[in-house]
Amino acid sequence: MSPEIKNIGLKETPTSTDEFIKGLWKENPVFVQVIGMCPTLAVSNSAKNALAMGLATAFVLVMSNVLISSLRNFIPKQVRIASYILIIATFVTMVDYSIQAISVDLHKNLGAFISLIVVNCIILSRAEAFASKNTVWKSGIDGLGMGLGFVFALFCLGSVREVLGNGSLFGIPVFPESFQEWIVMILPAGGFFTLASWLLLFNYFKLKKAKS
Amino acid sequence: MKEESLWFIFINASLINNFVLAYFLGICPFLGVSGKMETATKMGAAVTFVMIISSMSAFGIHSLLTAINAPFLQLISYIVVIAAIVQLVEMVIKKMSPTLFKALGIFLPLISTNCSILGLAIFQTGREYGFFESLVFAVGAGTGFTLALVLMAGLREQLDFADIPKVVKGTAITLLIAGILSLTFMGFSGLGS
Repeated sequence: MSPEIKNIGLKETPTSTDEFIKGLWKENPVFVQVIGMCPTLAVSNSAKNALAMGLATAFVLVMSNVLISSLRNFIPKQVRIASYILIIATFVTMVDYSIQAISVDLHKNLGAFISLIVVNCIILSRAEAFASKNTVWKSGIDGLGMGLGFVFALFCLGSVREVLGNGSLFGIPVFPESFQEWIVMILPAGGFFTLASWLLLFNYFKLKKAKS
Repeated sequence: MKEESLWFIFINASLINNFVLAYFLGICPFLGVSGKMETATKMGAAVTFVMIISSMSAFGIHSLLTAINAPFLQLISYIVVIAAIVQLVEMVIKKMSPTLFKALGIFLPLISTNCSILGLAIFQTGREYGFFESLVFAVGAGTGFTLALVLMAGLREQLDFADIPKVVKGTAITLLIAGILSLTFMGFSGLGS
């Protein structure tokens, strides 16, 4: 559950660049807001899967942000969440069928998690917290920033897990033959450990910054 | 897949392939409400309850969609129907038993966006489970979710009194514990063979 979704309205008229950058770093959905955990952990067992999942989510995020933002004056307040979910589900179905058309193997690897983009808290939280209140252009930028932040986080996890657990990156071996793979890293437990380590690293820098 | 016994489906869903610790479904409530034992048990019960109902309705929708030959509507109809059913269940419980309604509180509406519910519906469709198999699968998944949540809550309650470094406080330590729990649950994998 998200600890807090920061109030963007506090800052004085942020520029488009600010909206873009904040998703990448300061409000990174995975490392800072700690939301959207399920796909983050589940499909990050190789760099390729992680990248594909990240891009699929980013696409849905941008498209749904743009559409929701352009319809924000037409959707009645009472049924907004239901409408958001319908819009998101439509895009997810599109992505699901596109991936199946592009690569059957990839579709098999990602499995049910493509469909589960629908309930990814990142998308709904951006729709509710940002797209429903801002212009189309800004919402698109916000979606792109958050989406790329998500891709970045997934890639961080996926590459570490693949390098340690499989001795390769994007399927290309990076270690000499004698390297003993840490099988645990590509198992579910490895996902928890890797994410915990990244959060530790972030906490460490945050504490260091707070002290100085 | 049809030869699987109901007992095996139950054990598989609750222990061997635990929804939280092996499939990473429902991590948000797992991290969010595992702070106290009491809320953890209630949340587990609520999720199991909704899982059973949505599993049955997903079975119905799937049969209907197969009949009218429109599989691309699957995702949209699942999510809408699940959200609607959660709302309905909420109203019924409120009318029938205000005590239970109070006990479940905010957790009931939150469940409709829990990915383990939708995941359950998608898995049972993918594995072509029949009606009773789906039902057992839902009960097993719910039990597994509750088990993971309660185990975690017990550990975290103890953790409150432990002296841990400042760096690992918060989500980091919870994830480390989850990793160790996940390793432990791997020990159940021998049960299937």
